[in-house]
Formats: sequence, structure tokens, C-alpha cells
Amino acid sequence: MDLPCGAAAPHLLLGAAGIGGLLVVATLAGLAMRLNPRLKKLGDDVVMRTVAWWFMSVMFFAALLGGATATVVLFGLISFLALREFVTLARTRRADHHTLFWAFFVISPLQYVLIGCGWYGMATVFVPVWAFLFIAMRSTLTGDSKNYLQRAATIQWGLMLCVYCISHVPLLFLLQPIGFTDRQAELILWLVLVVELSDVLQYVWGKSIGRHRIAPNLSPNKTWEGFLGGGASAAGIGCALWWLTPYTPLMALAMAAGAVCLGFAGGVVMSAIKRDAGVKDFGHLLPGHGGILDRIDSLCFAAPVVFHLTRFYWC
Amino acid sequence: MIAAALVRLITGVQARWVGCLPEAKQRIYFGNHVSNLDGPVIWASLPDQLRSATRPVAARDYWLASRLRRYVACTVLNAVLIERKHITAENNPLRDMEAAIDVGNSLIIFPEGRRQDDEDGGLLPFKPGIWHLAKRRPDVELVPVHLENLNRIFPRGDFIYVPLIASATFGTPLHLEEGEDKLVFLERCRAAITALAEEA
Repeated sequence: MDLPCGAAAPHLLLGAAGIGGLLVVATLAGLAMRLNPRLKKLGDDVVMRTVAWWFMSVMFFAALLGGATATVVLFGLISFLALREFVTLARTRRADHHTLFWAFFVISPLQYVLIGCGWYGMATVFVPVWAFLFIAMRSTLTGDSKNYLQRAATIQWGLMLCVYCISHVPLLFLLQPIGFTDRQAELILWLVLVVELSDVLQYVWGKSIGRHRIAPNLSPNKTWEGFLGGGASAAGIGCALWWLTPYTPLMALAMAAGAVCLGFAGGVVMSAIKRDAGVKDFGHLLPGHGGILDRIDSLCFAAPVVFHLTRFYWC
Repeated sequence: MIAAALVRLITGVQARWVGCLPEAKQRIYFGNHVSNLDGPVIWASLPDQLRSATRPVAARDYWLASRLRRYVACTVLNAVLIERKHITAENNPLRDMEAAIDVGNSLIIFPEGRRQDDEDGGLLPFKPGIWHLAKRRPDVELVPVHLENLNRIFPRGDFIYVPLIASATFGTPLHLEEGEDKLVFLERCRAAITALAEEA
């Protein structure tokens, strides 16, 4: 089965123009803040983050406009880099060396090859069934049982979050929502837009009026004000952009609210992993954001659930 | 420059200058040794202008064993190749290292003398070469470097590469104290790397 090609160019270009406009505003706002000595530090942070957003947005829209294969390749690369950050922090041992080789160079690429050739049935079970059992088995071959369960589970969780969950974004190309065939690229745009804007808006609301911390031990920057304000704004935007989805406006609101909550959960889970490892960020790849895994943590949780809800109700 | 970029790409190495800055001073960088990538990684994490004057010190028997290794060691890294066995007055490793220092180069050395392959083992005891260098060339700064994760990227005795992210932490420079005992000094150097490991 061939991947359906994105015949959604007009809406995608509209989305690109919208994001471009937002980023111009953010860039100017950051530069303006830098002129005020009191806001200089925040301004530096905003400019640094915005520069990284320009880069990420260009990559994302180039892939979406390039079609299904380009999007699969982009997310395959994102998974590879995310897994690199995840396993670097994990306490694996020498005995896991070959298992990790399989995870990076066989399992992770194969997941995207399966999506690329449109084998839906295999793509949804490959990691949780085949790879999980294989990893448990491969790490025993060297005979080192020290922290065995912890080591095997860490690698399995790494593949789950960094590869399997994230791969549900390009997996949307394999859905055929009723009356929405050939427009999957728009749904991907909607999902990524809602989840990432939710992160940004929660940051903005939290910085502006945030008082009450939700999880002070795990993620000190997350506040109730930020979550509710940013989440509601992002859900509102998701509703207003219902025309990028197969949903009705009301259903788009509900779906966006769900994506926002799951994204929040993803962020808290990743924070717990980082605190456990004693680090603030997963890496340094994206200045101002941290690692690539710090940027996609929300998407990890939101993508699979939005995928399956859409599959249940619209296919 | 391309080779250094390639090493940085495959090891993702992050240089952390916690005890000193990357300045154009003559130095001997000494690190913990777990992988054949160790020398190239310290070398690649230096800024361009320092790197061209910094030479890794490596085992002659290993690096001349094949054409590829010879090319990497001699042409790319410009390594100082030293003898490990059958040392005579003519091929004394210190002689070549001192000659490199005397023409203004910095060096990268691994005083353990071999790669540690016990992941729970900590650093091996240091060989005395670093003490001789510190004594004979007292103006050169000795900079401890702690390398992390290279045993997980390309460990000894394995040809499989796993793409994790390495880090190189540069500590506070050391000098030999007036009349300091050899064993005391070697232990102080070793402890400097262990301390960097605990800090990270």
C-alpha cells in the first residue's frame, strides 16, 4: 500500500504563513524586551527560544509540504536524536551495548520503514510486542543480571516514548478519516500546532500570572494558572482551526483539550525522568529549549491518543 | 577541522570548562582512558586554534598496525607515537613528548597507560610518565580531563558503535609542588579526575 500524498498544500501554506507571522511578532517582542534593562534576561531567553522555533518550524513545514515520505524521514530523525538523549541519561551497562545497537540502528529505523511502506498492522505492534520481547531477551545473552529489570525496562521505555509514541504523528498519514482522505497532513499540522502552542502558552501564562505550583518537586515552572490559562487558550485555538481536521468545531475543542491534558502529563512524566537522573534538560541541541526530547515530551503522550480517538470515531 | 567535526558528530561531545578556560597556554591534558575515541574526543572538543597545536600521545604498536590507523594517527591527529614495550634510551617515550613540548605543542595523555574495561573499576593506577614531564617541564600546565560515556559509545574489545552523547570536563590545572613525592603526586592527579567525575 502506498502512502497517500498530502494534497493539502493551500491549508498548509496558510498554516506556515500564520506561524511565520507569530514568529515575527515573537522575535520583535524579544528584541524589544532586550532594550529594557529590567527585562533583558527574559528578552534574551525569548530571542533564543524563538530562533530555535524558526529552525523547527522551517523543518516541519518543509517536511509536511514535501509529503508523507519527507515527514516520515523527519520524525525518524527526531526519534533517533531523542533516543540518543534518553539512553545517554539511562543507567545501562556494558552488557546492554549490543541491545542498544539494535535499538538505535534496527528497531528505531524499522518502525519508520513500516510506516513508510504503509503496513499499519505491524507499525502499531512492532515496538510493544516484537521489540519489547527482543530487548528483554537480547540483554540476557551476556549473562550480566545486575539491575537487569531496570536496564531492560529503561531501554523499552526509551523506545516507547522516543520512537513508538512519536511515530504516531506520521502514522496519521495511514488513517483515512471519512470525507478527509488525502488531507492527513493538515491533521498533523493541527495536532503539532495545538500541542506545541499549548506548551508555549502555558509558559507565557505561567511567567505572567503563575502563582500556585502544580508539581513543585518534579517541574517547578508548571503552575495552575499557566496550565489552565495556556491549556484553555490552546484548546480555543484548536477549536478555531477545526477546518484543518475531520472534526466538528465542538469536537475539535474537546480533542484539543484532551491533547493539552495529555501533553501536560507527558511533560510531567519527562520531568520526573530528568529529576531522577539529576539533570535539568535532556540535552543542548535546541538553545533555550534544552534537548529535542524537552521539546517533544508533550507530543509523546498526545499523539498516540489523538491518533486512536480519531481512528475510533472518524474512520 | 572536518575530522574534528566528525568526531563531535558521532560522539555528540560537550566540552565543559569548569576549572579553566580554553586559553592559548601550553598544557598537558590528561584524562581517564576507556575507549580508542578518548584521544580524538579531547582533541576535537578543543577550539580550532588550540587544536592545531595540541597532539595526542598514543601507542605506536597499535596505531601503526594498519593503514587506516596510521593515516588517522599520523595525518589527521598528528599524534606523538610512543613505544610501550622494549623501552631503550633511544626510543624512550619521554624524549618524543618533551621534544613536542619544546617546539610549543600541547599534549593529550592517558596516564593509566591502557584502556580500563571494567565499568565498575574506577581509574587504574597512574604510570609515572606524567610525573617526569611535570618535573622536567614545570611551566606547562597539567589539566585533568574527565571523559564520560565513551565506554558506552565505543568500548574496549568491541567493534560496535552506539550513538550516545559524550562529555569532556576540563578541571583546574595542576603543577608539581616543590619536593613533592612521586606517588603522592600521581595520586593527586588521579584524584583530580575522580573529583571531576563526582562533580558531574
